[in-house]
Amino acid sequence: MKSIDKSTVKRVAHLSRLALGDKELDLYAGQLASILTYINKLNEINTEGVPPTSHAISSLKNVFRKDVLKPSLNTEDVLSNAPQAEGDFFKVPQIIEGK
Amino acid sequence: MEKLHSYTSHKLTELLKNGGVKASDILEDVIKRVESVDDKVRAFVFLNKDRARISLSGSKDKGRLYGIPVLLKDNLCVKGEETTCGSKILKGFKPPYSATVARKLEDAGAVLIGKANMDEFAFGSSCESSCYYPTRNPWALDRIPGGSSGGSAAAVASDETIIALGSDTGGSIRQPASLCGVVGLKPTYGRVSRYGLIAFASSLDQIGPLTKDVEDSARVLSVIAGHDEMDSTSVEMPVPDYTKSLVKDAKGLRIGVPKEYFIAGLDKEVEASVKKAIEVYKALGAKVIDISLPHTDYAVSTYYIVAPAEASSNLARFDGVQYGHRSAESKDMIDMYIKTRSEGFGTEAKRRILLGTYCLSTGYYDAYYLKAQKVRTKIKEDFENAFKTCDCIITPTSPTPAFKIGERLNDPLSMYLSDIYTIPANLAGIPAISIPCGFSKTGLPIGLQILAKPFDEETIFHAAYAFEQNTDHHKRKPAL
Repeated sequence: MKSIDKSTVKRVAHLSRLALGDKELDLYAGQLASILTYINKLNEINTEGVPPTSHAISSLKNVFRKDVLKPSLNTEDVLSNAPQAEGDFFKVPQIIEGK
Repeated sequence: MEKLHSYTSHKLTELLKNGGVKASDILEDVIKRVESVDDKVRAFVFLNKDRARISLSGSKDKGRLYGIPVLLKDNLCVKGEETTCGSKILKGFKPPYSATVARKLEDAGAVLIGKANMDEFAFGSSCESSCYYPTRNPWALDRIPGGSSGGSAAAVASDETIIALGSDTGGSIRQPASLCGVVGLKPTYGRVSRYGLIAFASSLDQIGPLTKDVEDSARVLSVIAGHDEMDSTSVEMPVPDYTKSLVKDAKGLRIGVPKEYFIAGLDKEVEASVKKAIEVYKALGAKVIDISLPHTDYAVSTYYIVAPAEASSNLARFDGVQYGHRSAESKDMIDMYIKTRSEGFGTEAKRRILLGTYCLSTGYYDAYYLKAQKVRTKIKEDFENAFKTCDCIITPTSPTPAFKIGERLNDPLSMYLSDIYTIPANLAGIPAISIPCGFSKTGLPIGLQILAKPFDEETIFHAAYAFEQNTDHHKRKPAL
């Protein structure tokens, strides 16, 4: 496990779709480094051959249901929260370049 | 009649049946209480008097919680009611559906009165990361109420509601319950449907009640527990009437006390209160056993990989497309995502998204996320081994009483360590409760945590009720 520097924070911020100013980059790089130093304590434990736990309750299993048509949420209700909508659609800024 | 707001729900149900009290008396008295003290406590994001009055007039008087005012944490959806998770990015969001717990409460006759303040997206242990304002501890207004369900706990403690619901990912129900001197239960993972709970960390989140006593906690869980086809992680198991587990003695109960919880950093007064509680249990006929949970020291590290990793993935949905905030100016789609998220998320949310994304990114996944999941297995096994020799485990809930507002804001790690005793239950998926067990010399509440095997909330209620009925910490009220 490694620590984290400013350029790594910048890369991770981009992956997270966040823009951070120079001051924020410094702040987070310092804080994340100290958090990761603490977290690195996990290396003290030998986990060879230990299965990972993704959900703690083992009685959970995949759930299947019949593919039947049921009423869903009202389109008008759903679109009422949209920052921008047109007809039955969410409206977003241009995705493909050019006109 | 004046003091209806200070009663428990079971006392009010009795008064509704035989005491000449009307449900509207209760609601109006609670509304009056909120209007007179919430300026100081700031537990509410909003009180919706109109909706509550209308809903009461149409509510079923045969329901188990008929006429009981309930406050919901602001991450639980109620159709048409603003639900923001304490975040700017969800300002104005009115869900097109209600959470299953909200529906079940209303079906039982309860009256939803509004939304409780919380740390943004439940990221925090102090209620200071809310986009609105910090909630204050009713016992000392310059101190934090705990978090993230700080508004829910403070509202119950200050009698601004009879019952509240919160959510608990690493202690977010139990830690504020402890710091505010109320009862807070995190049920077993899968016991309560999470449909309509805005997700934080999906392998850890669970909804539970904050109440004035243990009987109310058992009543609420009996109403909200159970399988729901809208949440495939809710388990198909019958729901008992938990009030049948309320027994006043502890004869034959085997209680484990883990040595790893009594360590440096544990406040002396908290330690003394918990040790006193152990003596109470012995006097009530319980057998107290020393146990070991050897991986306790690794729980916070494990949690701060698993929880932010899952959170960074869950929070990807806040992109300005379907609901909530969208940045006013952007040149294209990616730019819109970036500006929207940078403007909408607060400092702690950004910190957790960065940490989670880092732990999941190429080259780090095995070293962090997978490693943490393996250590999680060890922590879970610790509990499985412990429960071979005891029926439940008791520990402090929080290492210290409530700290001052602002005290830990600039040191995220010290904030994270305030959940050191509550996090293991989430990682192991087991149920746990916090009940009042004393006060510091300066009058701050101290909480006792009781943990049991998965789906054994009955033992928790038994142990909690026996202690509560033989002590009177739960009867004290803050002066407001």
